[in-house]
This record gives sequence, structure tokens and C-alpha cells, in this order.
Amino acid sequence: MTVENIFGLKSTYRDDFQISGYRFGKGEKTCCIVGAMRGNEVQQLYVCSQIIKALSAIEKKGDIAHGKQILVVPSLNPFSMNIQRRFWSVDNTDLNRMFPGNAEGKTTQRIAAGIFNVIKEYQYGIQFTSFYISGDFIPHVRMMDTEHKNIGLANLFGLPYILLRKPKPFDTATLNFNWQNSNTSAFSVYTNETEHIDEESAHTAVGAVLRFLSRMGVIKYQSHGGYMATTLEEEHLMSVHAKSGGIYRRIKQPGDEVEQGEPMAEILHPFEGTVTEEILAPANGIVFFAHKSPLVLENSVVYKIIKRLHI
Amino acid sequence: MLQDVVSVQLPINERISIKKNHFEPYSLTGDEKRICIVTGIHGDELEGQYVCYELIRRLSENGHLLKGIVDVYPSMNPLGMDSIKREMPIFDLDMNMIFPGSETGAVAEHIAAAIMNDIKGADICIDLHASNIFLREIPQVRISEETAPVLLPYAKMLNVDFIWVHSSVTVMEATLSHSLNKAGTPTLVAEMGAGMRITKSYGDQLLDGIFNLMSKMGIWSGEVKKVSHPIDSTDGNVSIVYSDASGIYIPAIKQWAGITKGDHIGDILNPLTGTVEQQIFAPCSGIVFTLREYPVVYEGSLLVRILGGC
Repeated sequence: MTVENIFGLKSTYRDDFQISGYRFGKGEKTCCIVGAMRGNEVQQLYVCSQIIKALSAIEKKGDIAHGKQILVVPSLNPFSMNIQRRFWSVDNTDLNRMFPGNAEGKTTQRIAAGIFNVIKEYQYGIQFTSFYISGDFIPHVRMMDTEHKNIGLANLFGLPYILLRKPKPFDTATLNFNWQNSNTSAFSVYTNETEHIDEESAHTAVGAVLRFLSRMGVIKYQSHGGYMATTLEEEHLMSVHAKSGGIYRRIKQPGDEVEQGEPMAEILHPFEGTVTEEILAPANGIVFFAHKSPLVLENSVVYKIIKRLHI
Repeated sequence: MLQDVVSVQLPINERISIKKNHFEPYSLTGDEKRICIVTGIHGDELEGQYVCYELIRRLSENGHLLKGIVDVYPSMNPLGMDSIKREMPIFDLDMNMIFPGSETGAVAEHIAAAIMNDIKGADICIDLHASNIFLREIPQVRISEETAPVLLPYAKMLNVDFIWVHSSVTVMEATLSHSLNKAGTPTLVAEMGAGMRITKSYGDQLLDGIFNLMSKMGIWSGEVKKVSHPIDSTDGNVSIVYSDASGIYIPAIKQWAGITKGDHIGDILNPLTGTVEQQIFAPCSGIVFTLREYPVVYEGSLLVRILGGC
């Protein structure tokens, strides 16, 4: 394992901004694993740290394939993480809306360009990321639904679901989209948590990455087979909205099965504690996403349900 | 007439409401043109607040001169404006990155879709922005090359100093203006001043332009002031100077003043070591239309934009 600074920026008031990369094996650029890009992605940082720990042990045993190289970048944004801010510490721009970046452009474009220049030629790209709405997912692999997608490869993670997302205008500036555009097979892996560490789903994510690397012949690693993934299209997930605002009491969790009409959550009056709304399952299905914050706004998406399955 | 465009219940005893003030002639023919004046998508951009106040005041006092429909939306991001936050609080989302939104989407997207639906179909929309807290801008209109054939004539009526025609590559696709233009509603983005500030003289200048445009479109029959002829430019005629060092930027030039290639335009200083980290010189001759307002810079911070090109 070698540790190197893959990008740096001088700061007047703080230590210099540095992005560290951990390189395993030697040879062709096979797989790049990227962790926290936002300052609150603690779970994503933690998962990467556990992958680095596991790959160190694998490398010591000589179990990284000859001629294969893996790069792990646990945090692309340590400045924001250290001040507990989600976006760039100075101007609050989102680094994951700056790709492929511009080496002559503004600060976050330069950071994105500096990173992308290092990570763009890898055969496989894995990013641990988070959703902009507070909530929990079933662990899954997410891919942009572009001509470059490779569902067969996504299946090798052994996670229960693969989600295809049709790119929206803002997606074109994300790492995942630009990786795909530059011929890297790109996968975003979602686990249960963002700002807190969830050991169980972190363990699942680490196992999924090691399984993928093992199946692609990059490492030797014994693992159970995982799931035969079900492929979903994001637009086919059924959104369940809150009809009112208030205190949110979640009943159903990600992965739970629900029957039409079954209570999924309650909304309480914020002062009187009475139930003002009972949120009922609109159809039979499985909970894919569940709102997490204890408060909820009217019209919030509180659940996404898998109603139609595509295998 | 005050109207709610969209309203959402917040968790604790409050609603977020996007409001507009709707003006129409005393008697309607059904053929009236409609203009929408929109501002406050970024909660830290306040320049449009004075424009809305003064526009509404004049319309309220001179209703008999109104021949078309005027919808004024002073605050698209009321929670951001109230909490001195550029983004939408709760979601930490740049609201101008979520258009056209989705009626069935999450709250922010639902709000964006409702705003789109309300404005769509207008004959012209003007989206007023200040710069952010980092930069100061002279009054200008920004339009894309793609929309220039339709929008340039309107932009010239607005009494701004400068019209910047962007290349299509640099257009942000999830903005309100792009989404409305795509939906067939001609939309101009006007930008002036700095974030968290109101520059009354810029507001008065733009107001003269708005009344001029309304007059030309047959929406306003009152007297209007003569407007200036703006300089218009394409990306090729704009040079952008970024900082190559971190520190404090001390400008050596004034905004909207002519400079010559090689002129000293400022220094990046290190307040701890007392050293000059970078001396900056003009890469071309021209006029400075954007000047950095916030002194702390990083490598890559925008310092000036020069109309002139190299």
C-alpha cells in the first residue's frame, strides 16, 4: 500500500487542503473507489476506511492479482468534513456538481479536474454517496441509465437491488456520469446512513466491494455469494407523500414488506402530540427508501416503494 | 392582488408560501401581454427586493396606465432570504439547480414545478439576480447563444450596461431561465450588484429598463425614460482572471473602468507572513465588469471579468 496526495490546494488560514489516495497493487488502473465527497458523508468515509483496512490485509497475503492496481480515495473533501458542512467550505458549492472539472476554472472546478485527472482512466469506478433527502435506503447499486451502463457488472456486487436512474440535467456534472462518459464502468453504492455510522450496512458495503473485486479477478477473497440482484428503474418506484407537516413517527423500515392500506408512518401535531395523519401503504410492495428526519414537511416524499419488480 | 403560487406546511406551526403580486388592467380584453418579474431564487441576493418594491409601488399608484398583466414574485426562496442563506434551507439545495422540478417529486421539486407552471405562458419573464457575496457585477443581462435571436431585442430594452451572450456549453440546464426558455417562455436573466446588498442606483437603472420594455410590449402606457444602449458581447470577448494563490485580494482597479493589457489589477497578500503571494496583471485591454468583492481567496477564486477578450 502506498499513500499519496492526489490533489492539494494552499490555504491561508488552515492547513493546506489535501486529498489522500491509497494505492494497492501495481499495474493497470483497474478499480478506483471514492468515499465522502460531501462533508457530512461520515458513513461513506467509514466504509472506505474499512475497505482500506481489508485491502491492506489482502495485499499482505499477496492476494492482489499481478498487474492490477486499486486506488481508494476515502475523502474528497476533508475541509468540509472538518467543519461539519455538507458542501465546499468556502462557497457552499457541491463538488459532485463540478465534474469533469476545469483546471483553469473556479476552485471547486479545479478540485474536480485535479481529482478526475487521477481517477478517470480506471476500468471500474465505485463511489459511496448519499441522497439529498434525509433518509435510509436498502443497500443498492445505482447506475446512470446511459448507453454505457453495464448491469451485468453491477450484479457482481451481490447487493439485493440495482437502481437505474435516467440522468436529469444536473446529473451531467456528477462523478458517476462523467466516469461513464470516459469509459469507466461506474457504480454508486448506497448504504443506510450518511451522517452516522451504521455498522451493519457498512459491513454489507465492504463485503459487496470485495466480492466485486474478487469476481473480477482483482483480488483473491472468500465471500458468500450475495444476492442475485433485482434491477429497478427509479421512475417505477412509487413515492409516498406526507399530506401534512409535523413530527414524524416511522413505522416501516427499509426492506420491510407492506400491504396496501397498512400503516407505514404517523404524523403528530407538534404541540399536542395527537396523530394528525396516518400514512398508509398505497400498494403492496417493499420499502426501498424511508424518510429519517423526526420532522416532516407537507408533501415530503417519506417512502419509496418497490411496486413492480423487473428481473 | 396578492396570490399564493404554492404553499407547503412546515413541521411547526408555519407555512412556506411563494407569493406574487398580480396586476392587470381595470378592463380586460383577453389579448393582454403578460410579464413576470422574478427574484430571490438565491436567498442571499437582495438587489431585486428594491426593484420589486418600487415596481409594485408605481404600478399600484398608476393602475390606469397599465395595459397588460404584470406578475411580480419578490421571493422564490423565502426561507433562504429570511435566514441569510443562498440555498433552500432544510435541503441545502441551490434552488436554481432543480428546475423544471416535478409535481410528484420531493418538496423542493414540487415547489419548482409549481413556479414553472405559474410563469409558463407569459410573453416575457425577467429573472433578477444579484451576484453572490464574492463578486460585484455591473447591471447586465445574460443570455445563451441559442436564445439570443429571440432574447437580444428584449435585453436591449432593459437599460443595462452590458449584455453577455454565453456559449451554449456554459448554460446551466437546471435553471429557471433555461427551463422556461425551453418551455417557450422567453426569459432573461438580469444580474447586478453584490450578494447581501442593495444598490439603489442599479435598481433605479433597471426599473427604467423594465418600464421601457413594458411600454414597447404594450403593457405600460405611461411615460418612460430614454434607455442607454448596452454593449453586447459573446464569450470570446470576455476574459476571466482567477487567483493562482490563496490569501487576501486587494484590487488596484475600479469596476466598469477601462484597463490596458499588462495593467496591475491587484495583489494576493498573505496576512500572516506579510508577503505578496501573487501580483496580478491584466491579460488584455478592456473594461472590468465583474470585480471581486469578498477579499479572502483560494487558488481558483474569480477576481475579475474583463470585457475585451484576448
